[in-house]
Amino acid sequence: MKTAVLSPDTAPSPRAAVPRRRSPLLHPAAKPLLFVAGLLPFAWLFHGALMNTLGANPAEALIRSTGDWTLRLLCITLAVTPLRVIAHQPALARFRRMLGLFAFFYVVLHFLAYSWLDMGLDLDAIVRDIPKRPFALVGFLAFVLMIPLAATSFNRAIKALGAKRWQALHKSVYAVVLLGLLHFFWMKAAKNNFAEVAVYAAIIGVLLGWRIWHALRKS
Amino acid sequence: MHYRPNRGFDHAVPSEITPRSVYERRRELLKLMALGSAGAALSGWAARDAMAQAARPNKLAPLPGTRSAVPGAITMEKLTSYNDVTSYNNYYEFGTDKADPARNAGSLKTRPWTVAIEGEVKKPKVYDLDELLKLAPMEERTYRLRCVEGWSMVIPWVGYSLSELIKRVEPTGNAKYVEFVTLGDAKQMPFLGSRVLSWPYVEGLRLDEAMNPLALLAFGLYGEVLPNQNGAPVRLAVPWKYGFKSGKSIVKIRFTDKQPLTSWNHAAAQEYGFYSNVNPNVDHPRWSQATERRIGEDGLFAKKRATLMFNGYEAQVGQLYAGMDLKKLF
Repeated sequence: MKTAVLSPDTAPSPRAAVPRRRSPLLHPAAKPLLFVAGLLPFAWLFHGALMNTLGANPAEALIRSTGDWTLRLLCITLAVTPLRVIAHQPALARFRRMLGLFAFFYVVLHFLAYSWLDMGLDLDAIVRDIPKRPFALVGFLAFVLMIPLAATSFNRAIKALGAKRWQALHKSVYAVVLLGLLHFFWMKAAKNNFAEVAVYAAIIGVLLGWRIWHALRKS
Repeated sequence: MHYRPNRGFDHAVPSEITPRSVYERRRELLKLMALGSAGAALSGWAARDAMAQAARPNKLAPLPGTRSAVPGAITMEKLTSYNDVTSYNNYYEFGTDKADPARNAGSLKTRPWTVAIEGEVKKPKVYDLDELLKLAPMEERTYRLRCVEGWSMVIPWVGYSLSELIKRVEPTGNAKYVEFVTLGDAKQMPFLGSRVLSWPYVEGLRLDEAMNPLALLAFGLYGEVLPNQNGAPVRLAVPWKYGFKSGKSIVKIRFTDKQPLTSWNHAAAQEYGFYSNVNPNVDHPRWSQATERRIGEDGLFAKKRATLMFNGYEAQVGQLYAGMDLKKLF
């Protein structure tokens, strides 16, 4: 969005040959808007649970959709860098942290929904249940790997770790998304139902494939 | 000494049993009576006969039946609502999402309909649906249904024992198994192109399982003909096995000497056995089978309820599996 102040005829500096427009991505409302957008699935699920409009099995609907949204937000987070480079939009980088934290928000809800709605918050049962089932173990591992990423997402953590070490740590998001995909695939494999899994696999394949291609080109 | 064989808990007359919601309010009722509002308080007792019956939803053609006298055929548990029973379905020919069948099954044509009886029988025959509807008296039976996915319902079916049909076609000495072939018509079923399973969907029972009076050939639910998404016009309801063992929209029943290759067993033998009896002690590789969630009844934060051996029908069917290792033959 463009404000009158920024329109080309009032904003250009006298020396600039081409008037530089500020990207709408830098608008002060951009981040709050993204924050609200990220909360919409949560609001929709919360409302559905309250009004009982999530179908005959609301517990299953909550567990599944919070998982779906985790995977979607991981994909969106991983799309930031390729989009930033391809579309020459450096301003996109400002949204990466919030998107990543939203992925973490939904994985926490996902784990909470499983622990509470499926396992009745019975810690003993959860501890016995997870290692018994490979697909649950893989999902749990992805969740655990996301904790240090969320915990080191603020500026002071980046300073304390140093940019290099911080980046190295945050590369584990690639492992997270692959484990998440495997978790989803294994869950769906129980019913031989791979259509949706294939869509996510294709998206994640493109996002990670681009990074490999990009790295090879630079070296 | 006991001379009566143990057949589990037999209800005398279902309508004599006070609904749980009423008897749990006993103290409250006594208090109310003491306060002089006895008349109002007693309306719950007066209504208890009515509460024991399933009210017709008035959506489809009526299909009345008399209350079944088969032991174990009528559970007194709270019925799952008609809306949940008819909107949360696994019927992959109409889509893999549970809401899909209710949306898509309108394209299923249930008339004319025939069921062919083939194989090791003395009297093979192609039955017209109308003939099947009149073959034996319709009975009302309220069964628990336990899905392999870990949820359950309580459904008032209308139909008669499969054994009624089997007796009429006279299986030969070679008949050891019964195969149920369901409709697989791409013109009526939009998801037949998906490669989730090999179509048509095939299920099977051992002959003695099929002859157990609880194995129901169902034509209706809630006092009306079956909705398409629930397997119209004729399906199986085998209450002690996971739901997928009960084929929907059956077109062929074949008697064989070999164990039929059933669809899920074919797709993933290590996950779905031929028997697939409800068994809380044998977990599915991907999830526990020890507990279940009763659809529409257990609150969102309620602890899941314990799953019963043979879905609570052990007294009626346990003897079928005497001496079998149910961990191996799951």
